[in-house]
Amino acid sequence: MTAILHQNSTIQLHPKMPHSIPGANSAENDEVPIVAEEMETDEMQTDAEVNKPNESNVTPAEEMTAEDAIAEQLKDTKVAEAKPEVKLEDLFADDDSDDEFASSNIKDTKVSSSPPEAPSSPVNIGTLSRATDTDVMRAFYQRLFPWRSLFQWLNHSPTPSTDFGHREFAFTLQNDAYLRYQAFPTADLLRKDVLRLMPSRFEIGPVYNTNPRDRKTLRKASSFKPLAKELCFDIDLTDYDDIRTCCDKANICIKCWQFITMAIKVIDIALRDDFGFKHILWVYSGRRGAHAWVCDKKARQMNDQKRRAVAGYLEVIKGGAQGGKRVDVKRPLHPHVARSLDILKSHFQSDILEDQDPWETDVKFARLLDLLPDRSLNEALRKKWSSAPGRASSAKWADIDALAKSGASKNLDSKALLEAKQDVLLEYTYPRLDIEVSKHLNHLLKSPFVVHPGTGRVCVPINPKRLGDFDPLDVPTVTELLDEINEWTAPEGEDGGKVVQDWEKTRLKPYMEHFRSFVAVLMRDEAGVKVKRERDDSDAMQF
Amino acid sequence: MSRPDIKRRTTLDHRKKQFSTPTYAPVEYKHRLNFYATPPTADITLEQFEQWGIDRLRVLAELEACSFRNKSPIETASHMKPLLDKYLPLSSSTSNSPALQAERQKDHYSHFILRLAFASTEDLRRRFARAETMLFRIRFQGDDSKERAGFVEGLSLEWEAVGEEERRQYAEELRAAGGGYPKRIEEESYFKVDWEKVPELVEGRRVFLRGGMAYVPSREQMSMVVAEFTGRLERALELTSRALPRLDEDDRLSPILTHLSQNFTTPDANYSATQTSLAGADISARTIDTLSSSFPLCMQNLHRSLRRDAHLKHYGRLQYTLFLKGIGLNLEECLIFWRGGFNKITDDAFNKDYRYNVRHAYGEVGGDSNRRGKGYSPFSCHKILTEHPPGPGEAHGCPYRHFSTENLMGLLQTVGVRDQEALRGVREDKEKTKFHLACNRVFEYAHKQEIQKVREEGTWGAAQLETLIHPNEYFKRSYLLRNLGKHQKKEEGEGDVKMEE
Repeated sequence: MTAILHQNSTIQLHPKMPHSIPGANSAENDEVPIVAEEMETDEMQTDAEVNKPNESNVTPAEEMTAEDAIAEQLKDTKVAEAKPEVKLEDLFADDDSDDEFASSNIKDTKVSSSPPEAPSSPVNIGTLSRATDTDVMRAFYQRLFPWRSLFQWLNHSPTPSTDFGHREFAFTLQNDAYLRYQAFPTADLLRKDVLRLMPSRFEIGPVYNTNPRDRKTLRKASSFKPLAKELCFDIDLTDYDDIRTCCDKANICIKCWQFITMAIKVIDIALRDDFGFKHILWVYSGRRGAHAWVCDKKARQMNDQKRRAVAGYLEVIKGGAQGGKRVDVKRPLHPHVARSLDILKSHFQSDILEDQDPWETDVKFARLLDLLPDRSLNEALRKKWSSAPGRASSAKWADIDALAKSGASKNLDSKALLEAKQDVLLEYTYPRLDIEVSKHLNHLLKSPFVVHPGTGRVCVPINPKRLGDFDPLDVPTVTELLDEINEWTAPEGEDGGKVVQDWEKTRLKPYMEHFRSFVAVLMRDEAGVKVKRERDDSDAMQF
Repeated sequence: MSRPDIKRRTTLDHRKKQFSTPTYAPVEYKHRLNFYATPPTADITLEQFEQWGIDRLRVLAELEACSFRNKSPIETASHMKPLLDKYLPLSSSTSNSPALQAERQKDHYSHFILRLAFASTEDLRRRFARAETMLFRIRFQGDDSKERAGFVEGLSLEWEAVGEEERRQYAEELRAAGGGYPKRIEEESYFKVDWEKVPELVEGRRVFLRGGMAYVPSREQMSMVVAEFTGRLERALELTSRALPRLDEDDRLSPILTHLSQNFTTPDANYSATQTSLAGADISARTIDTLSSSFPLCMQNLHRSLRRDAHLKHYGRLQYTLFLKGIGLNLEECLIFWRGGFNKITDDAFNKDYRYNVRHAYGEVGGDSNRRGKGYSPFSCHKILTEHPPGPGEAHGCPYRHFSTENLMGLLQTVGVRDQEALRGVREDKEKTKFHLACNRVFEYAHKQEIQKVREEGTWGAAQLETLIHPNEYFKRSYLLRNLGKHQKKEEGEGDVKMEE
């Protein structure tokens, strides 16, 4: 079994994700303990230490607290029996969900109960630097990552099928190598390989017609084809850089997050009401954006042309930096655009005009004037605004109508002005999608619940019903979560009858629950659909 | 392979099956248009087989050429009319022409002949389906409405008519989705279909969508019928290709079929670097700045963006790298060029994020070494015009198409096109969406004297001065014209600078 797992793990680089090619990673295989050993030994520990270069990041103080917490847990948890390298059960993922976490508890004792080392530095090292630390990542993957739910989400049923087994996973390793075409029959085998390779993050690709690991055994390269993948959307704040004033590049704050909030609202309702999709998972991308995974069976099976159609339907902001006017919509407005405009109106007033103040300076309001149609009105506005520097954008926005009414321009086309104002509103609020992600069946996208290597934040699902409450800066980082496990104490009045899982002890809880219920509903709907073998019923000609 | 349907299976006596010759009723063509659902069954002569195939091929090749020249549907239709009348006439049912059935038979048979010829590779299948779709569309438009209605009815597609009440309920949305059409909702009837059947209407937001159903006005029927046509044809081609190896054939047909498929050439064929390499030219990272004056506007724009921002986004890098590869910049020099261009980042970041891209474009890395060949071909104008329009902050694409007119004029002036006459011409071309013409106009303006010279001296043939449809050809021609004295000798005897096969 292990042989099968390893022989095909070639390093494969994705054209859009260039990285340097490091040496082979097979050396790690023997060093990193893969499965839970019965109990830790000092020998084991030293072994593990040798291959961890950033050992010093872990301060003794933390080790102690971790140890205490583990001791606590051990009281509640039975010591699991030693597992052989590969168990038969690993092949079937139908054991109880509690199992997957229980076994991890045992394992953790090994890592954390090592004797404190000589104190390297008493200062607590910042959360960011610790985020990619191998120890932290291992603990996260072992104790918090929802392997079972992830499996069920991609497999659409509790029994392993090709939906999961032929799905491509791609790992970004710690040395930035990019390992493509990984595939796993079950959640446990995926988990095992993740723990072996300790990728800093991993991505999910399409389901192929054959196992991606076997693609080179096919006679023709062209017979290796992607069959299905969730319809994905990617919204990233960097695409808003020309209109957001509060932050730039990789930085975000709650003010500019509102762009994402608006985008989710607009896209979500269009996908549900217009296209009739039901299972839409929104995921925080870990830094400055959000991803959508549309998981309906119909959406998963769409070909590139249909994906392009959806993307085109939703795309309103077009053109590159040199494209001039970016919004060009037909009148009367298509129902989708009209509805979006309604949704975005209130956001425009508060989140754009007040919070972003986009036309503060002369240079900036020149952009606004470019978009307005009437010359003499523009002249009047320019004069007024230049003489009153620092006039707020909301006042400027109001000025347009005020001056128009006062008759600053003799032959003003008020309809054209209204339309131009709508276009401006759309340009500043309408979602800017990274359309390539949505157009192609075989695009890879970061998995939910992985840790963003830059911020250490977990890519948690966003509940669209409580979109307004979501604050990206409040999303827990991996180190915070591990600390929360350690700090957790059983609520009073409860005996140890019920095992409390690690994620329930942390702020990850609401996100996990949202994901689990999402997956449950998806699986229920999927089970309802009788799977019919689609036969070519066309009387197509064959010679 | 679909199995024989049940009815047929039971009527055939299995004991006699292998000896019996199937008999078919003669086909009667009721409609002018044909979905080509049933294969021909009658006998034709070998000469007919070849001639009909060639005739249809002429039409399809010309249709494809029209699309490469970016002709509008109306222009294409008028351009194609004489050709169609000559090679593939189809009279309407009302014309009472005596040749009616024969014409339709030829149309039917020639379609299936070419299906055989073009089923072999995926590329040919795709192009064949595209050209056939264009042909079908032109004919569908040319059909009179009564005949069209009869034809569509005969197709028995799964369309659900939208009821009176529902139509009134969504009257406003339906009108808005139709761009204000119709003035009164009673004037139009609607069909309700799964939106996946009309992806092009959805993509252009030309229909009202609700709960996964598209409300298609009957005037948009065409796009649905056409989508259905393409879909069925693609599926059928796929099946044909799988059946081809089992084609029980004496060797009379296969030479004809091979010949036919080889003659379906295209101006978008792969661009080969050897044919355009410039002997003796110094093409290296250092000289790109100087050479860039001979680049077409799209590449000049990329070059300027790179110099200005010290950065280009993914598709910009890809388009530019492949172009540079095409002009003969080798991988090593290309890496030096990009490293120098991205001068605001560290070596580490460059190696990590960009180096691989460049090497991938040259076919050095990625995928299976046996399969990747020499990397991607440089993009043709067609590809640049039609694929991946630039998004926010991106500089790739074709400036004539993707820039606003003001920005285009600004760019042209900064690269030295100041002549009002030329600029006005470009402006008009852009308005008419003749982007090729605009680019060729600028080329002719920039090389006015040289072109005049070679014309007068007669050193360049007509083939060397035909319309440019590839950025690398633009560069090559420009370079040769600017260095007339130096490279004249080498070019002689080599024939024209043709790059497409």
